[in-house]
Parts: sequence; structure tokens; C-alpha cells
Amino acid sequence: MIEVRDLKKSLGQQRVLDGVSFRIETGESVVIIGRSGGGKSVLLKHLIGLLKPDAGQVLIDGEDIVPMDERALLRVRRKFGMLFQGAALFDSMTVAENVAFAFRHNNSLQPEEIRQRVASALEVVNLPGIENRRPAELSGGMRKRVGLARAIVYRPEIVLYDEPTTGLDPVAADSIDQLILRVRDRFNVTSVVVTHEMRSAQRIGQRILMLHEKKIYAAGTPDEIFHSNDPVVRRFIEGVSDPKEPGN
Amino acid sequence: MNFLADTWVGAWLEGLGRITLLTKETITSLLRGRIDSRDLLYQLYFMGVKSQSVVLITGAFTGMVLGAQTFFQFHKVKMDTATLAVVSVSMCSELGPVLTALMVAGRVGAAIAAELGTMRVTEQIDALRTLATDPVDYLVAPRLLAAHIALPLLTAEAIAVGIGAGYIVGVHLLGIDPTYSWYNMLRYTQTGDVAVGLIKAFIYGGIVAMVGCYKGMTCGEGAEGVGRATTESVVYSSITILIANFFLTLSLGTIFHSL
Ligand SMILES: Nc1ncnc2c1ncn2[C@@H]1O[C@H](COP(=O)(O)OP(=O)(O)OP(=O)(O)O)[C@@H](O)[C@H]1O
Ligand SMILES: [Mg+2]
Repeated sequence: MIEVRDLKKSLGQQRVLDGVSFRIETGESVVIIGRSGGGKSVLLKHLIGLLKPDAGQVLIDGEDIVPMDERALLRVRRKFGMLFQGAALFDSMTVAENVAFAFRHNNSLQPEEIRQRVASALEVVNLPGIENRRPAELSGGMRKRVGLARAIVYRPEIVLYDEPTTGLDPVAADSIDQLILRVRDRFNVTSVVVTHEMRSAQRIGQRILMLHEKKIYAAGTPDEIFHSNDPVVRRFIEGVSDPKEPGN
Repeated sequence: MNFLADTWVGAWLEGLGRITLLTKETITSLLRGRIDSRDLLYQLYFMGVKSQSVVLITGAFTGMVLGAQTFFQFHKVKMDTATLAVVSVSMCSELGPVLTALMVAGRVGAAIAAELGTMRVTEQIDALRTLATDPVDYLVAPRLLAAHIALPLLTAEAIAVGIGAGYIVGVHLLGIDPTYSWYNMLRYTQTGDVAVGLIKAFIYGGIVAMVGCYKGMTCGEGAEGVGRATTESVVYSSITILIANFFLTLSLGTIFHSL
């Protein structure tokens, strides 16, 4: 369970989050939508303790992670997998080493077993047999999928996906959506997905949160959100720019 | 005190405080044995083996020029055979450690800052943290330990090569008497001189690694940030080494000469 209470954060001179609160139950999949630059990635980084808020609480299974130091956070982070918006693969390592990174200090697994887990994770993201390639030799979409394999290979309880399907072709995007649902259902994983694709949002989300004006502006099931009468929500979903905000 | 915080003095002090905290964390990590021997070996290879050409050339040419110049001056007062002693003492306690450290700061310190800086701006350091790995354990600790080990060895090598090169220039090129030269060198070079050199090298290794790691981990955004971190790491570690050298010479000199 993830609970965020009144989260506030400024970066530089700019306030990015101003009183964000929500709650995500174990095993639930929640989609976060919002304008580009609206602070979705920043919010996601708060959930796993990569950023510290200026005020507010982040509770993971009832435990406030805000006051924790880096060592204590390491323990909490074992529950998490995270796919970064830019994949953030380790470019000095091969794909296999990237995906197997979480097993570095795991002595209970044999090397052969790790190799198999890596191979099957790569198969799941439709990239079989690229173990020995380097991240620099991959396309943007392939990198994204390797990042996804790295985030789920150790079967975390909570997975944070930052735009998992951006930059993928429609077929690959669809298979990633299916994968997120499969991972959620098979291991009862709590999923938090940031996306700009309305189709994915509708399909993956059991609930949708819309981040707007530094707050959770709207929250509800996909049906509620997609049939909302709120003008801001409607404009976002239909992809219409605000006539009063030229240049946006 | 607010005016202080806004000036470069304030920024400098703040940086000093942060690098001290990072060093403390790194030492804790080392003491708890949290580093991987593979990472350490790789760093040793990178710092030690790959610095060979730089260190050999620096050591040799410093020794040669020192030998030649000392000979030219000493020849005037008929003290030719003391040349090698001067070469040896200055290589051991000053030039060996300082020049090696400066060269390593340029090669290794810059590489550390650029590598860690790139990892930071591409979120790889954040990715490490999400994979339950502390960047201090994984990135900083092996580099610090490797630098502490590699730099004294590289310095010893530079000293030996420098003295050898000085000997060749002095004896074979300038015609100093080899036997007396060798005798004087052994007579005036004390264990303390060698010890001072190696202690200095150990400390400079720490300076190069920590400044490089700190600059990399706190680097600004984008390619510009990485570039600046790299330059600053070389400039700051070189200046720190030169300043520290003066104080180390004074303090270590007092210790070893009162023994
Ligand atoms: N390290 C940083 N320093 C300063 N400002 C930052 C930093 N990271 C993000 N910001 C600012 O915070 C705001 C939110 O950024 P964020 O990356 O969370 O947006 P986002 O909603 O994920 O957008 P997108 O959909 O384009 O990925 C942006 O205005 C950005 O300029
Ligand atoms: Mg983003």
C-alpha cells in the first residue's frame, strides 16, 4: 500500500508539487496522467525515496519513508522496481548484466538460474537473445523494454512505470500494456503507471489520477474520468489545447 | 553570518563539509566490507595498469632533468658526486609523489568525475538506488580504496624510474663518477624520505578519488554539467595536492627528522 499525504516539493525556484495526496492499495494498478512538465516523474521519484519532499509524508505499507536515511531506504526499495522515463540503463554493462544487476548480492541463486531468469525476462519484453549487446547499440524503444525487464526480473511488490510505452510502435506498446497487466495479476503487484497514451490508461488503470496545477485534480475509475464533464479533464482526454492559453 | 553563506567562501566551506561527509560514509562502507572485489580489481587495473605510460614518462623525464640541472649547478662548486643524492631525495619526498599525483589527477580523477557525472545526469545513479544498491558502496568505495593502493605503488615506480634515469644521464652523459655518486646517494637518502613519499602518495590518492567522486556525484545537468565537473575535479584536486604537500612536508619532516 502506498499513501501520499500533502506532498510539497519545489525544484529550483519552481514549485512542482503543492499538496498532493492519494492512496494506492496493494495489488491495484493506478495510472497517473497529466501535462508534460506537470511533475509526474518527480512524483514517482518521491514514492521510492529518490527525492525528498519539502513537506508531507510518503507511507509505504504504513511506514513513512521521508525521514529515513539512505541505508534504511535501501531496505524499503527492495520492494520496488522502477522503470525510468529515459530507461537509465548502465551503459558500461551488457544487457544481461543490466537485467541481472539486482541479483549481484543474491547468493541463494546459482549463476545458471540467474541466466535463465534474465533470458525469460528478456523474452517477456519481446527481446530474446540480446543479452550480449550494449545499451548504446539498442534503439530507444528497445532500451525502454530492457529497463522494464530490469525492473521486474526480481519480482518486486510494487512497480513504478514512467511512460513505459512512449516511443514504442503500437504493437510493442500493446504488448507492454498486456505485460503490465500480466505482472500485476500473476504476482499481485501494485503498479503505478505514468502515461500519455489514453488507450493504455483506459486499459491498464483500475483507477486514474490526474495531476494538474501541482495537485491531484481528478481521480476515479477510467469510466468516470473518460466520461467526466470537467472541462480541464475533457480537454486533456480529447487532446484539445485551451484557447485561453495560447502557446500551450 | 548570512553574508558569509552568499560568498564563494560560504560555497567553498559547504563543499568542504559535503565532501567530508561523503568521505566519512565511504570509510564506513569500506570498514564494513561492503565492496565487491571485482569492482576493486577493475579500478586497480584502470588506475594502476593504465597509468603506466604516464607515470613512466613523468618519472623518467623528471629524474633526467633534475639530474642534469643539479649537475650543472653542483659542477661549479665541484660537488658533482652529490648530484644523484639530490635527485634521489627530491624524487622520494617531493617530486615523485606530487608529480605522480598530479598526473593521476589529470587522468584518473577526470575520468572518475566524467563517468560518475554522466551516470548522474542520465539517472543511472538513481537507477542504482532503486535497485537497492548504495552508490557510495558501489561507486565511491572501490575507487577510493583502489586509489589508496595504486598511488603509492605508482609513486614508488616513478621514484625508481626517476633515479634510474637521473643516474643514466649523470653517469653516462655527463660523466659523473658512478661509485661515489651511488655511495653519496645511499648515504643521504634516508628511510624517512621514502616513507614521507609513500605516505604523501597514499593521501593524494584519497584526494584524487574523493574530489573526482564528489564532483561527479554532484554534477550539474547536461553535457555542460559533466564538462564542468571534470574540469573542476582536476583543478581542485591539483590545487589541494599542491597545498597539502607543503603542510605534509612540514609536518612529516618534523616527525621523521626528530626520530
Ligand atoms: N532536477 C530538476 N531541477 C529543477 N527542476 C526540475 C528538475 N526535475 C524536474 N524539474 C521541473 O519539474 C517539473 C516537473 O518535471 P517532471 O519531469 O516531473 O515532468 P513530467 O510530468 O514527468 O513531464 P513529462 O510528461 O514530459 O515527462 C518541470 O517543470 C521541470 O522543469
Ligand atoms: Mg516525466
